[in-house]
This record gives sequence, C-alpha cells and structure tokens, in this order.
Amino acid sequence: MVAPSALKREPLWRIRLRLWTRSLQKNWALFWESRIGPIGLGIILFFVLLMIAHPILMATVWDPRVYDPVVGFDRDLLGRHPAPPSWAHPLGTDPIGRDVLSQLMWSTRSAFALGVTSALITVIIGTVIGAVCAYFGGIVDTIFMRLADLVMLFPFIALLMVLRSVIHLDLWRLALVMGILSGFGGITIILKAQALTVKVKPYIEAAKVAGGSAFHIIRHHIIPNIMPLAFLYMMFNVTGAVFTEAVLSYFGLLDIRMSWGIMIHTAESAGYLGAFSQYWWLWAPPGAAITLLCFAFYLVGRGLDTVVNPRLRKR
Amino acid sequence: MLRYIGWRLAQIIVTFFLFLTVVFFLFQAMPGDYTKQFIMNPKIPPEARQVLAQRLGLTGSVWDQYRNYVRNVFTGNLGFSFQYYPREVWDVIKERLPRTAVLFLVADLLAFALGYPLGKYIAWRRGQISDYVVTVTGVFFYTIFTPLLAIILLFLFSHVLGWFRSGGFLTPTLWLRPPVEPQRVFLLLTATIVGLLGLWAASFLFTRRIGHPRPRAWARRGMVFLALALAVLAWHESGIGRYAWDIVWHMFLPVAAVTLISFGGIMLLMRDSMLEVIREDYITTAKAKGLPDRVVRDKHAARTALLPTITSFTIGLGFIVSGGIVTETMFSWKGMGLTYLEAVLQQDFPLAMGCLTFTGILVLLAHLVVDVLYALLDPRISY
Repeated sequence: MVAPSALKREPLWRIRLRLWTRSLQKNWALFWESRIGPIGLGIILFFVLLMIAHPILMATVWDPRVYDPVVGFDRDLLGRHPAPPSWAHPLGTDPIGRDVLSQLMWSTRSAFALGVTSALITVIIGTVIGAVCAYFGGIVDTIFMRLADLVMLFPFIALLMVLRSVIHLDLWRLALVMGILSGFGGITIILKAQALTVKVKPYIEAAKVAGGSAFHIIRHHIIPNIMPLAFLYMMFNVTGAVFTEAVLSYFGLLDIRMSWGIMIHTAESAGYLGAFSQYWWLWAPPGAAITLLCFAFYLVGRGLDTVVNPRLRKR
Repeated sequence: MLRYIGWRLAQIIVTFFLFLTVVFFLFQAMPGDYTKQFIMNPKIPPEARQVLAQRLGLTGSVWDQYRNYVRNVFTGNLGFSFQYYPREVWDVIKERLPRTAVLFLVADLLAFALGYPLGKYIAWRRGQISDYVVTVTGVFFYTIFTPLLAIILLFLFSHVLGWFRSGGFLTPTLWLRPPVEPQRVFLLLTATIVGLLGLWAASFLFTRRIGHPRPRAWARRGMVFLALALAVLAWHESGIGRYAWDIVWHMFLPVAAVTLISFGGIMLLMRDSMLEVIREDYITTAKAKGLPDRVVRDKHAARTALLPTITSFTIGLGFIVSGGIVTETMFSWKGMGLTYLEAVLQQDFPLAMGCLTFTGILVLLAHLVVDVLYALLDPRISY
C-alpha cells in the first residue's frame, strides 16, 4: 500500500507513462499470442533490413556505375544480359544490364513510403469523418455515408487507370490520391459504427454536462477510442496500396523510376515473361517481394485484430 | 417487403446517377480526345478531324455533352466504340459481359464452397495448428500478387504439365469453320450453368416435404446430379459439345486463379463471424443439451455466422471487379476488365465509360440482391 503523500509526489507524466507501458505490455502479449501477427512483423523487419542495407552496400561494396538500380550497367557481361545469378549479381541482371538484387532492395523503400503514407492519409481522413459523422449525425452523416457508398462503387484500379492521365502520378501523388480516395470509402462506415458505440457511453454525457465543446469531445474522447481500430485498418490499407501500385506499375501506367511492379513490367515488355522458368530471376524475386510485403502487413492486421476486438480472443 | 425493395431501388437510381456524373467528368478531365490520335497523320487534315469530332459527338460545350450522355444512357444508347468503329458500345459489351459474369459467378461460388466450410472448421478449432496453417495459407492467397499467381499457374499447368491452354477464349484452329458462332455457344453454356444453379436452389424447395434430413439431402443431391448428367448428355448429343468443351477448357485457369484469390477473404470473414457467434449463450445451451458438436457447429453457429459474411463479401465486390482487370489481362480472357483496360489505353471513351457504367450497374444490383437475400435469410429482419 502506497501512502497518499507518496502518490501526490509522483508527477503525472510518470503515472501516464507507467499506465502506457503496462497497456503496451498487455497488448503485446495478446499480439504475440495471436502467433500470425509476429510472423508478419518478422517479414516486415526483414524488408526494413533490406531497405537499410542498400545505401550501405552502395557506399561500400557496390560500384554505383554497375549497381545503380536505375542507370547502372555491367560492362563485363556486355551482350549476355539478362545474366543468370552469379557471385557478382546474386539475383542476376535484368534485360538492360542492371542488378536485380539492387533494384529489389532499392524498391523496398518506395514500397514502404507509398504504403505507409497512403494508409496514414486514409486513416486520418477516415477517423475524423467517422467521428464527426457519429457525433453530429443528421445531414453531415448522410452526405458522407452516401459519398462512401459512391466511392465503394468504383473499382479502384479502373479509376486510377483513368486518373493517371489526368494527374501526373509519381510516387507521392499516387500515395496522396490513393489515401484520399480510400479515406472517403468504406473505412468511414466502419469507423463511424465504432464511434457510435463510443458516443453512447456515459463519459460522453458527463463531458457534455461539464461543458465540453463538440470539438473537445471528438478530439479527446471519441477519436482516442476509435484509434485502435483505425490503426488496425491502416495495416490492411498498406496491403491495398502496395498491391495497387504494383498492379499499375506492372501495366506500365505510372511515372515511378523503379519499383517491384516496374521490374516485372520490364521483364514482360522485353519479352522474357513468356519463357517462364528460363528467366525466373526477372519475375520471381519482385513478385515474391510484393506478395510477401502485402502478406506481412495483412498478417499484422489480423494479429492486431485479436488485440482490438476482444470477441476474437481465446475464451 | 415490396416497399423496402422500392425504396432501395430509388436509392440505387440516385447513386447510379451520381456515379454516371462522376464517370463523365472523369473522362472529360482526361487530356485530348480520340481525334488527337490522328494529329501526326498527314492524310487526315484538321478539317477531317473536325468532321470526325462532330460525328463522334465531341464538339459542343461540356454541359451539352453531359446532358446528351445522361439522356443516352437512360435511353439505353451508349454510342459507338471508337476502336471498333462501326460497332456500337452496347454490341461490344453484350459480347463481353457474359464472359466476365460467368467467370466471376463460377469462381465466386467455388470460393464460397471452399471458404465457407473451411472458415467454419478453423473457427471451431481455434488456436490449434490446423487453424494457423489454414489461416496463413488463406491470407497468402488473398494477398498474393495476381500477376504472379497467373504466371505460376500458367507455368505449372500450361507450360510444364500441358493440361490447359495459356489463356485466350478458344482454340482458333478448332473454330476455323464452326457450325455455330462462339458467342452463341457461350451463351448456351451460360444458360446451362445458370439453369443448374437455379435448379440447385429450387431443389431446397422441392424436397421440403421430406421429413428426415438424410433422405432429404440425398434427394437433393440426386436431383442436381441427374440434371447435371442430362445437361452433359444434351451437350454431347447436340454435336457442338466439342466446341463448348473448348471454351470450358480455356476457362479452367482463370476460374482457378479467381477462386484461389477470393476464397481466403470469405474464409477469414466466416472464421471471425463464427468466433463471435460461438460465444453466444444459445451455443452453450445447445452444447449442454448434449447435441453433437457437428450439429451445433453446422446448424446453430454457422447459419447465424453466414449473414455478416455475405454482407462483407458484397461490400468487397468492387475490389473483386478491380482484380478482374488483372486476371482477365493475364489470361487474355476477353471480358469486361480487359476490354476496359484496352479502351482506356486507346482513348476509346464511349467503350470505357460503357464498361464502367455496367460495372456500376452490376455492383448495385448485387447490393440489392444481397439486401433482399438478407431479409429472406434473417428471421429477425422484417420490412
């Protein structure tokens, strides 16, 4: 038993920190127990390592003239590109003489940047709109819900195929467009439903009685309570964004210098995809990378689901 | 019930109208038009391009074009395709729509037949090894990069094993002098598939009088099997069975790809929905009554868990249509997705807009069907 005087002397921030670490520990245990979440996290860590290793390798072992992912060329193998894996090129070279492993590692960065940026934008928009719709209801709610219906009606990839000739889509713009579009889509409906269950809690009433403004209640009471669910959907959105970028790049519709999708596009447009196993290093590594990263974020999302949604836990 | 359907229809028409508006202005915002393709062609002087633009309805203010477009769509006139010039958009869509519809209908039903029992099964065995293995496999196929899956399937089954053709709709050498149009054969095939499905659904009604569950199930299976045998026999005797089989043969790989991609989604939805249901009190009661596990799982839990699964599945339909573009392109299956991609790349706006319009109609209709189904399946809902 701690004496009341001792409690008083402990600063507030430390109590908050302790509570925070305690809940983090509890949630981590739940996440770990889901077993599939940690697998995903492991794969993501592997990709992070690949991403970090690339600039280091470029600065030390790899000659930029040979190993640059976009403009590199290996003169020693002149006329023999695409060359199969060798000691100099662990994953071979592509049809125009660039190192496949270097491209693969370099593209990890853009995949993460795109996926996380787009998902963050989606989640921020979705959370704010979901909270506002649930709190105010009425006409605001109707407008945004019908808008979400409309957005969900559009096949995403088909829409971006048209948009790419209206807006010059480089990596950041693509992330922005995807983030905004899916932010007004289904995620608002899901987060609004969650916010509605928060809105009827007694502490919201109490905050209102105490004179809290609408902004205060939304900002300090509703949004923090729908945050975990939003974070969970962020993982699924990363999967969606990485997948969409890869498909569009594969069709050669984007203005991105190098990405996993573009690597397969290069192999296809140079005519090496039809030979299947003969030139496997041109399509298998980038294809596997896209699949694994999407897979990993989805698994993390599933793992977080058991943390956020108590009904999915073990009894 | 009828009032509810009417209300939903009104809502759908408003949404559809907004959808059309967005589609129109989206394509308006695209730079250039079809006539700009001939800008470098010395044989087509500016005057000729002007005439062409007038003929194709590309002159006049945006507002005029918009009014024309909406009026035309609601009167069923989608205009001419620029790419296949003398053909009308509706003519092209009429040919391609059944291909996409059949591909996705068959694949999604298979995915449901695979995902529903698997989801049920792994939810019941929550936390065991089989749960983790099946979940991870499902997630893997659900998130696999579609072109990669297509490459692997083509490589394995067409290149190495040589069982199936590497894409396309039919074998050209077989169809050199066909007795019937391929489209006619395909429509007959579609009718057969839909008819069999309808019979399967109807078999539940026909066998309702049979009291005991086991003979009832056998009667149902017998009916479906008999119908299937009759259909196969009819196709065999008709003399065009060879041609029909050729199309079916080409359908195998794309159907397999779509099935593999979508079963995971259904399975995971079913699993989560099951996990929520089996915490309910009535499941405990059913177990306490001493009912066998299988009965509790299949009759008490799974039927309730099915409803949220169906809803989430419908909400994700747009996503499936997106995936269709990739699948159809990879397997050169000339459906709506591939047509749309080509039309966008060729700046064939009427055809691209037509494709999007029909996709919108299909998705909206699916939403309506699910709403009605939901009301029929869930005794708690009444309108």
